[in-house]
Amino acid sequence: MPCSDGTGSEGMLSKDTQEILMQAEALELWRGERCLFRDLSIELPEETVLHVSGPNGCGKTSLLRVLCGLSEPEKGEIRWRGRSIRNDREDYQQAFAWMGHLNGFKADLSARENLAFSVSLRRKTDNEVRNNILDQVGLTSAADLPCRVLSAGQKRRLSLATIMLSAARLWILDEPFTNLDAKGRDMITGLLNSHCASGGTAIVAAHQELGVEQRYLQHLEMEDKS
Amino acid sequence: MSGPLSGFGVVLARDLRLAFRRPGEMANPLLFFILITAIFPLGLSPEPELLRAVAPGILWGAALLSSLLALDLLFGSDYEDGSLEQLVLSGHSLPVLVLAKTTAHWVVSALPLVVVAPLLASALYLPQEAWGTLMLGLLIGTPTLSLLGAMGAALTTGLGTGSALLSLLVLPLATPILIFGARGVDLAAQGMDPVGPLYLLAAILFLALSLLPLAIAAAVRISLD
Repeated sequence: MPCSDGTGSEGMLSKDTQEILMQAEALELWRGERCLFRDLSIELPEETVLHVSGPNGCGKTSLLRVLCGLSEPEKGEIRWRGRSIRNDREDYQQAFAWMGHLNGFKADLSARENLAFSVSLRRKTDNEVRNNILDQVGLTSAADLPCRVLSAGQKRRLSLATIMLSAARLWILDEPFTNLDAKGRDMITGLLNSHCASGGTAIVAAHQELGVEQRYLQHLEMEDKS
Repeated sequence: MSGPLSGFGVVLARDLRLAFRRPGEMANPLLFFILITAIFPLGLSPEPELLRAVAPGILWGAALLSSLLALDLLFGSDYEDGSLEQLVLSGHSLPVLVLAKTTAHWVVSALPLVVVAPLLASALYLPQEAWGTLMLGLLIGTPTLSLLGAMGAALTTGLGTGSALLSLLVLPLATPILIFGARGVDLAAQGMDPVGPLYLLAAILFLALSLLPLAIAAAVRISLD
């Protein structure tokens, strides 16, 4: 069965001069009796945003979880800068930041504390840097409220702050636009552009257009095979 | 990232801070421990000889049961709000992180039992010579209970079918701790040397400390797949 092909032709630049950061080869994933994807290959050079789209339930989130290493694919291999992520799990994990459906914040801790914890798992930052980021995502006034009382959109913004501070080369974002207002969505677009401009790369599952510059963009259209 | 133990302190500090935000939940195992020990004299009889004879079993049984009490929360809340995913993907060694979580759980749910144990022991007429053995036994026995419990919690996280299965998984594995712990207190109460059972408890603890974090980490990974 022919499946979606990951290597989109959207990239206008001569991608051969760029380093290939991530390669996924012939991935296959089953959920029960259902094959979500088969023979799916992805090649991700630096300065690229891979836009994963497709109908609900077609396996976008499952693909992203496989690419993170959260789920094991039935077949196939994922390599980060030439090395299989199975052999080098911790190195790979330090290279990417994951934003899933769940934000991963504790309801009893304030936005500021949650951010401090999430970031300190990855690297040392000082208060000032964190305050700046909170200001950038528009959470200064809510920074000391417990996450329990933040709106879904505000939590999303806090997630973005965590991603921005992660210093990760690869961002894997699952439906980042959910619950965000127009300003918030523009912010993501801007972030993706500047992330690419600084040599980063991103995989984004979303139903809407990302709005990032064409030269960065690649598409992966997944089909529903149920 | 510096050293294999990096991340331990960060996770431990967060979990302790979270626990202190909910003092009610934190006091739950301790209250349970006190209540179980307190109802036995009412149900049995107030005779000191009888109570003295059953005290080691009651105290250790109560400690075992209360250690099961808060296990659901160990990974359950992190699983639900997504922070377990983030921990798994944080680039740290997962066995170290789950050990940090288990340590926090032990500090919050078991350490208070060790502290109040002599008080309850005196209420059950346990001779003073055995209090030290009781405290020491609990101190080296409850960490094993927490580790075993963490393994059960990790295995049942994400199944949605709560604590009955968890208790069934953990209780059979925890019985050696109960037996050696109670036996040590018993020996000390009769004026004999309790060092044998205590050594065994320590041996089990080191075995658990070295192997169980790996098993817990593997179970956490499976629960997220």
